[in-house]
Amino acid sequence: MNYAGSIALGLLLSLTTLGSAVAAEPAAYTLVLQNHRYQPTELHIPADTRVKLEVINKDPSPEEFESNDFPAEKIIMPKSSATLFVGPLKAGRYHFYGDFHQPTAQGTLIVE
Amino acid sequence: MWAIALLVFREVLEAALIVSVVAAATRGVRRRGWFIGGGIGLGVLGALLVAAFAGAIAQSLSGVGQELFNAAVLLAAVVMIGWHVIWMSSHGRELTQHMKAVGSAVRTGASSLTMLLAVVALAVLREGSEIVLFLTGMLAGGADGLYQGLALGLLGGALVGFALYFGLLRIPIRHFFSATNGMLVLLAAGLASSAARYLVQADVLPAWGNQVWDSSWLLSDGSLAGSILHILVGYEARPAGIQLVFYATAVLVLVSGMRLLGHDGKSSPRHAEPAAKALTGSAS
Repeated sequence: MNYAGSIALGLLLSLTTLGSAVAAEPAAYTLVLQNHRYQPTELHIPADTRVKLEVINKDPSPEEFESNDFPAEKIIMPKSSATLFVGPLKAGRYHFYGDFHQPTAQGTLIVE
Repeated sequence: MWAIALLVFREVLEAALIVSVVAAATRGVRRRGWFIGGGIGLGVLGALLVAAFAGAIAQSLSGVGQELFNAAVLLAAVVMIGWHVIWMSSHGRELTQHMKAVGSAVRTGASSLTMLLAVVALAVLREGSEIVLFLTGMLAGGADGLYQGLALGLLGGALVGFALYFGLLRIPIRHFFSATNGMLVLLAAGLASSAARYLVQADVLPAWGNQVWDSSWLLSDGSLAGSILHILVGYEARPAGIQLVFYATAVLVLVSGMRLLGHDGKSSPRHAEPAAKALTGSAS
């Protein structure tokens, strides 16, 4: 009975950790969009760590933060900000862009 | 103009491929033109609404409203495609036989058609709302060649859709509905996998391995072939583990649904098979 109880408790615990993937709040990083350009154009984040990325759009038009190198696809409305969760990524360079202004909105995540 | 055309093209392409597979899958069904046209029309209306409320959606649910909305739309499409293919697996054989006998114009279950209308509407809504947001931004910025770009992108995406549709029509009628049903299953599995990606981005689900493999050297997600395969079979160059789980679950549920519930009890599959064979033999 005790044994079964501890299994049930273990299951319950693993379910709750699964339910809230964010046990500890990941470190936050910020990107700013202005004149359809990312600032900074190279953002350094730690390897093998999940991070919270806030993208602030200071432009009067919407933008879509997107990458083909890591999973990210989020529309950032004009004069507002949005957060998304990225990683954990292996060390390396990961390109990202603004889908709505590709000629200028380009940047790289430097994961180290 | 070309940058606008390219973006519109990529968004239209996604919706057009889904519409083409649905159009092929409803071949020979009476009034399906109305259903598909209605689906596209509703989708455009929905896209305008979603774009108008994009700000509110983004702010909702503590900032993950956009991801949850996208995931919900994708999963709803998965359920509706599932409904249709399971329904089709019990009626598809009759449909094939009817088509062989009378050529076309088969009455089909309205509920299944309505499901596919909704699938078309959801696909157009999702991609269309991005186009609307993009264009409003461009209008505000006073971009050159906005309408030419829009027209070119729409035309290009529609052309690829038509090419796929007429390509599919070349499949022999004997294998036609198994082929389109198979395509619908893979399409639905790909949508389920995309839904999982949004849920990971929102931190609602764990990734279970961020990159299970990396085939971007072979076929990148950003390439034309990569994005076409992404829509049709859910290809991803760097999938997360949870995406594979969603993909496999969708395939398993739909295929076993087709196997278990597909035969509507009028005849057992063992008896139905030779009967169908006999009919096909006599018809050809």
